[in-house]
Amino acid sequence: MARNITYREALNEALTQEMERDPSVIVMGEDNAGGEGAPGEQDAWGGVLGVTKGLYHRFPGRVLDTPISESAFIGAAIGAATAGMRPVAELMFVDFMGVCFDQIYNQAAKFRYMFGGKAVTPVVIRTMYGAGLRAAAQHSQCLYPLFTHIPGLKVVLPATPYDAKGLLIQAIRDNDPVMFFEHKALYDLAGPVPEESYALPFGEANVVREGSDVTVVTLGRMVHVSLSAASSLAAEGVECEVIDLRTTSPLDEDTVLESVEGTGRLVVVDEAHPRCSIATDISALVAQKAFGALRAPIEMVTAPHTPVPFSNALEDLYIPDAQRVANAVKTVTGWTR
Amino acid sequence: MSAADARIVAVTMPKWGLSMQLGKVTSWIVAEGDSVAIGDDLADIETEKITGTLEASDAGTVRRIVARAGEDVPVSGTIALIAPAEVGEAELDAAVAEARAVIDAGVPADAEGGPEMLAAEVGGRKISYAGAGQDGDVVLLIHGFGGDKNSWLFLQEPLAARHRVYALDLPGHGASAKDVGDHADGDQARVLADAVAGVLDAVGTGRVHLVGHSMGGAVALAVAARDPARIASLTLIAPTGFGPEINVGYLRGFADAQTRREVRPVAGQIFADESLVTRQMVDDLLAYKRLDGVDEALHALLDMLLDGDAQRGDGLAALAAIGGAIPVSVVWGTEDRVIPAAQASAATGAIRYLVDGAGHMPHMERPGEVQAAIEETIARSR
Repeated sequence: MARNITYREALNEALTQEMERDPSVIVMGEDNAGGEGAPGEQDAWGGVLGVTKGLYHRFPGRVLDTPISESAFIGAAIGAATAGMRPVAELMFVDFMGVCFDQIYNQAAKFRYMFGGKAVTPVVIRTMYGAGLRAAAQHSQCLYPLFTHIPGLKVVLPATPYDAKGLLIQAIRDNDPVMFFEHKALYDLAGPVPEESYALPFGEANVVREGSDVTVVTLGRMVHVSLSAASSLAAEGVECEVIDLRTTSPLDEDTVLESVEGTGRLVVVDEAHPRCSIATDISALVAQKAFGALRAPIEMVTAPHTPVPFSNALEDLYIPDAQRVANAVKTVTGWTR
Repeated sequence: MSAADARIVAVTMPKWGLSMQLGKVTSWIVAEGDSVAIGDDLADIETEKITGTLEASDAGTVRRIVARAGEDVPVSGTIALIAPAEVGEAELDAAVAEARAVIDAGVPADAEGGPEMLAAEVGGRKISYAGAGQDGDVVLLIHGFGGDKNSWLFLQEPLAARHRVYALDLPGHGASAKDVGDHADGDQARVLADAVAGVLDAVGTGRVHLVGHSMGGAVALAVAARDPARIASLTLIAPTGFGPEINVGYLRGFADAQTRREVRPVAGQIFADESLVTRQMVDDLLAYKRLDGVDEALHALLDMLLDGDAQRGDGLAALAAIGGAIPVSVVWGTEDRVIPAAQASAATGAIRYLVDGAGHMPHMERPGEVQAAIEETIARSR
């Protein structure tokens, strides 16, 4: 039965239920337990923002605090996955990918292919992304386009508590390496989540609002920004169909193309930088496969091509907001040849 | 309506379902000045979960439309006024002002969340059920294959005005345990009947009126045949087990559907009017189907229901065993595309209600008529 819990609680529940169901599921990362052996152990943090809180005592020996060495523990998780475990490793901020990227893109992503399908790597790498927490240039990036680029990785970005639980369970049960992106600004978002376990399939976008005038394709935190724009636009008589991609790899092309074939207009809203992003990827897809349906040029709403600024005022300007989405929608609805 | 003229009758926002707090009149079917009879369609109403048509429960002239189309109205808020011609305009205006204040205030902070949610433990399985109403006869509503207690959203509250009404989730469904027993012959049927009997034990003594839909009709019949002294009446809505013919494409399609694209056309087959299938309904079905254990449960129940492409059940034998000891009614939509309404004629000794224009879900499509059939069946037991 569903009740309202937060995105953070939904993730914790997914981990708890999968660890109960399958003894090969283990959790590892920096401060996942809170520092084994340290005086603060009893009120361990459970990860820097509390997602793994309570697991250390509930599953003795299966929540491993690691040194601050991403290359070592991400590599260890990947190795354990190839040897039969199902590790969920926490890369605290995706901005730290640089120090462990070889393990991910040149090892984990390649094993299934290089070993002729005989090796599987069921590892999940949970990581935080996104701006809005005044954490500046090195702790606020999106970076999911980089992982989406690489064959062999699955890339998941839940936008709601319901999706967070179902997608994390699917990620753990999946036999391929999964990059699981959690937006810092969504952890306290509450929504209905069933108590029971359930898995949401990858590659199935969610039509979160139906509409006939404009297709708005988005993901992660920007789903909520887009919905906010859509509801104010509805009051002005413009009906947006808002599509949450949920996973960028695999990508649900059909849902995007079918929607654009109905509306003839596309706005893509992506918190990543504008170049080589999900916004450009979706724009290219639609331009190539649904060109005939388009009645206006595609609009992209993205962050600018700059690092995330430290100044509060500039950071607020940096993150796409509902007004910018609404303006982009009006640009495509108002376009004439 | 405290100070209002007793001749003014308020048409109010109905409560359709456990969690409904607000409804929206999407369009008015009647206009000010129209005279309406009981059962006439008044307005199309949309909730978070579903769209439906509100039927008049009083006759008279619609003097005022209070709620505008597209406006959210709290449950039980007044949306229109019916009154005879003698009632003056000033009195109506006062009643409208009072009703507007309620609508404008929105959902009260202390709004009750609907029926109480309860649970029983039966044979190691958690069985979830909801109770509504305080007094009168005890009625238990049993949903069909792939449904849950919310299938009764148009009926549980209206029936609760005069009865104590429970709706359960069968094993494999809703918030109940998903395990329906292994595939050994008859085990699933026993697990379902045990769950109903367990809820009857949990809700106390006395005879109970069972209302079962589709597979739930067969379950109700099995419970009655097993322990007839406990059952006061049976209302079977499009029950399984009354003939060989059934739409196996629907059953297997529902059990196998994995995506929204696959669920939507299948869900459409249960109604006469496919537009009743909302996005929210499809999402709710999909969310249910994705719970761990549901896929196995639905396929195990298919094994129970089907022998090849035909129905396996022996409802008619159970009906004969009851032999007229208690009132039995059979309710069927004439446009049923899952189990043909012609099978109603096999129900010897039962009173038959054919619901014109309804599909396999007459209790959602024409709730007023189904409620009347249930009330008549309950009355016949006295």
